[in-house]
Amino acid sequence: MESIDKQKPEAEGEEVLLGPDKPDDLGPQGRFSYRRIWRHTILLTLTVSLAPLVLMTVMNYHQYQKALTAEMIHPTSLILSNSKRSLEFFLAERLSALRLVLYDKSPNDLCDRDRLERALRSVNTSFGGFIDLGLIDQNGGQCGYVGPYELTGKDYKGQDWFREVSLRGDYVSDVFMGYRGVPHFVIAVRQDHDDGSFHVLRATVGADTLSHHSVSLDLKPTSDSFIINLDGVLQTKSRFNGEFLETCKIPVPPYRSESQVVEQRDADGAPYILGYAYVARSPFILMMVKRREDLLTNWLALRGDLLGFLLASIVLITIVVIWSSTLMVNRIRRADMRRAEFVHNMEYTSKMASLGRLAAGVAHEINNPLAIINEKAGLMHDLVGLSGEFPQKERFLKNIAAITKSVDRCSAVTHRLLGFAKRMDVALEPIDVEELLKEVLSFLGKEAEYRNIHIEFHVEEKIPSIESDRGQLQQVFLNIINNAVAAVDKGGRIDLWIENTREGQVRVRIMDDGHGISKENLKKIFEPFFTTKKEYGTGLGLSITYGIVQKLGGSIDVESEVGKGTTFTIVLPLKATRF
Amino acid sequence: MENLRVLLVDDETELVETLAERLELRGIAARAVTSGEDALRLLLDQDFDVVLLDVKMPGISGLDVLKLIRRQRPRTQVILITGHGSAEDGESGVRDGAFDYVMKPIDIDTLVGKMKAAARKARGLVRP
Repeated sequence: MESIDKQKPEAEGEEVLLGPDKPDDLGPQGRFSYRRIWRHTILLTLTVSLAPLVLMTVMNYHQYQKALTAEMIHPTSLILSNSKRSLEFFLAERLSALRLVLYDKSPNDLCDRDRLERALRSVNTSFGGFIDLGLIDQNGGQCGYVGPYELTGKDYKGQDWFREVSLRGDYVSDVFMGYRGVPHFVIAVRQDHDDGSFHVLRATVGADTLSHHSVSLDLKPTSDSFIINLDGVLQTKSRFNGEFLETCKIPVPPYRSESQVVEQRDADGAPYILGYAYVARSPFILMMVKRREDLLTNWLALRGDLLGFLLASIVLITIVVIWSSTLMVNRIRRADMRRAEFVHNMEYTSKMASLGRLAAGVAHEINNPLAIINEKAGLMHDLVGLSGEFPQKERFLKNIAAITKSVDRCSAVTHRLLGFAKRMDVALEPIDVEELLKEVLSFLGKEAEYRNIHIEFHVEEKIPSIESDRGQLQQVFLNIINNAVAAVDKGGRIDLWIENTREGQVRVRIMDDGHGISKENLKKIFEPFFTTKKEYGTGLGLSITYGIVQKLGGSIDVESEVGKGTTFTIVLPLKATRF
Repeated sequence: MENLRVLLVDDETELVETLAERLELRGIAARAVTSGEDALRLLLDQDFDVVLLDVKMPGISGLDVLKLIRRQRPRTQVILITGHGSAEDGESGVRDGAFDYVMKPIDIDTLVGKMKAAARKARGLVRP
């Protein structure tokens, strides 16, 4: 009875129509999409849950980054400043030592080799690091010298360092190899005399003293510290940035009077932290290179924790939101389905009751004229029978018999109509399932006959009668067999099996070789409003069938394969549940 | 059985008159009326072996007529006429004292058989 109500729109896909008596529940097209509600619920809940979380995490991220970066960089700057001051003090101390020698001795005394040698021993004892000493007059001639080479009388007048010390009063050179092939640098101071002349005391200092200042910085194996000059030439050894006295890989940083810590990127784009400090009154620049990861270990660990927490929270919240939304929407959907099923069962029952009353009225109205026709035909039969032979007597009797037969057929129709009306009354009674199925088939027999559909019974022996509701069961089988008849092609086949189950129930299988049902449709076949009969189906027939079988304490199952056919299996208890 | 007298009561005039005619052809004296009131009035003056009584009639119903007949003419037997699907009415009538019931459309041979059986009971030929 798929076509009882042709007014109802059909459901498609995931969309399920709520009861038409609840227009407020319907969507714009009169449909209610649970998938859309599910998506909106998840989206909305995730937004309100995750937005504050992400916002707080981003804010924390930046605050922590700022604070921790400052905290990590500050010690580097401090160490660098200390080293700068230490090196400046070292150089100033050596220059002061030379000045002390100049003030303590007269130029003539220092031209004496023995006295100059005593002076060299004295400053080495007090300060250390001096390799040689030489006294140069204002003309650039070296009048006194003590050291590993014989440089007495050497003329420095045209050399840059001599011009510089003559102008500035002191001088510190770059590191160079010199005649001995040993790295060293030169310091020099000028002493002016009352007569306007001056002398310069020049000393050579080993470059290893500079290395002490660069390697004294507290460094990890991945970090580097070294000294370069103003041309970027390495004045000490470097771990990763070039060979001694070669140009450093890192360009010369811009001049700043105070130590600086900046973040830079190498040629490969990898970030590193560069600390540098210009050493006053010298050509030296203290350089310290640290890998960003080393410097920011704590920050990176915290950042990992923050991002991990954020990610874990997002995953957890998403899972919970999806789970709870799915649960909630499914519950709403099931509740709506139950309500819709209930409403339509009620509508269906009411409609069938009205139909039943109408059928009963029609049957009674027809029955009386039928009775009269029957009696009139009977009377004619009596009269003809009692009269003597006349030419058309046999034809009269034959026609009267045809009238009587037609009356019987009409009587059978009214009988079925009244039987249909009685189905509205719920009542349990003993039922012969085979007889009931044949009765149902009598409704559909003509259509099956016209379409040459072969219907065959397979009845197992000793099928017990069951106690159930005749009208409701007729409805069940009428729905299923009606669908089977609609599904098979002309000349198709429908087989009906009536069997005993091991549990002592009666099983009815209705198998057709029709078009079959797709797997996707098969899942929804008992849902209210699901139909494949686009134009004339209501989607109620099988849902009502399912409900009736359930109410009678039975079960219904369906198997189908597209192109091969469909089998409905209904198992009925010997005694139905009273409802 | 000789001189079997029956009263036919149904609001369908054509039905009762045709039926009466058919019964006459079978040697049964049949009188037809079309309401319960007419039937009761006739029963005051005349004696019938069997009353064939339609259950559903306008005015006084067949079942009420049955009760009155059982009271006024306890020996007269009543056969009820019911429509299809109204067997309950017939069975209810039997419980109230009707002899039997038949369903529309009526099979004449069945009806005659039941009438003869009812008449035998009415004339005391069969022990109740």
